[in-house]
Amino acid sequence: MTAGIDLGQPQAQSVRSDEDVVRVRQLVRAVAVASKLSLVDQTKVVTAASELARNTLVYGGGGSVEVTVVENGRRKGVQIVFADSGPGIADLDLAMTDGYTSGGGLGLGLSGSRRLVDEFQIETSVETGTRITVTKWSR
Amino acid sequence: MERVPILKIGDILLVSIQLDMSDQTAVQLQEDLAERIVATGCHGVIIDITALDIVDSFVGRMLSTIASISKVLDAETVVVGMRPAVAITLVELGLSLNGIRTALNVERGMELIAAAHADELDYQLDDDPDAETATP
Repeated sequence: MTAGIDLGQPQAQSVRSDEDVVRVRQLVRAVAVASKLSLVDQTKVVTAASELARNTLVYGGGGSVEVTVVENGRRKGVQIVFADSGPGIADLDLAMTDGYTSGGGLGLGLSGSRRLVDEFQIETSVETGTRITVTKWSR
Repeated sequence: MERVPILKIGDILLVSIQLDMSDQTAVQLQEDLAERIVATGCHGVIIDITALDIVDSFVGRMLSTIASISKVLDAETVVVGMRPAVAITLVELGLSLNGIRTALNVERGMELIAAAHADELDYQLDDDPDAETATP
């Protein structure tokens, strides 16, 4: 399944269905293990990836996810980019608030996943959709 | 779509989630459980999440919803076997799992359900005026 992936290369996964969200989780876990993240950090980054991949599907109308092993001196990390060409996020501050949702969820996807990773960057516009980049570093 | 099996053990329904569930599978489990509670008249539901690597907000919400549905159907839900890393992540994510009872393992979950059910029976007995006079 995820055995034999070349972690030197970015791993891409399209997000078009529920099952793809499951595949994103499995891919991120494999890369997090290879990056020597602790079990708690693996769990955090996989959980964040699950939230954000679901957002890509539900709010972005589908898109793609790219997972890369990154290095910073002696530390390794996992970087994940979630991109969609959906309608963008109209009010980013509001969307990042705990408990706010424009859909039927709990409103924890964006705000919660930001707490679970070390770096969180978001670009969004009506023209190009939404692109979120997160990074989790090994300790 | 895969389905999560539901086992009946005595008066309890046991659900051991062994696969990485898609959202659709999670919603299906909710419906299947509600039907099984009514069909069997069971008073307890144990959901074993020992095998789950993560619990995200969707699965968390599913667990809360199952607890609420089963309460309305006169059954107690206990979630058992949460991994430490999952608990740490859930709290940081901001998910409180409102209304969900938890226990460390299936055995303790069964004790909890048995105790809750016994309390309920006592309460019903206390409430019954005939029962009062029968035991002076």
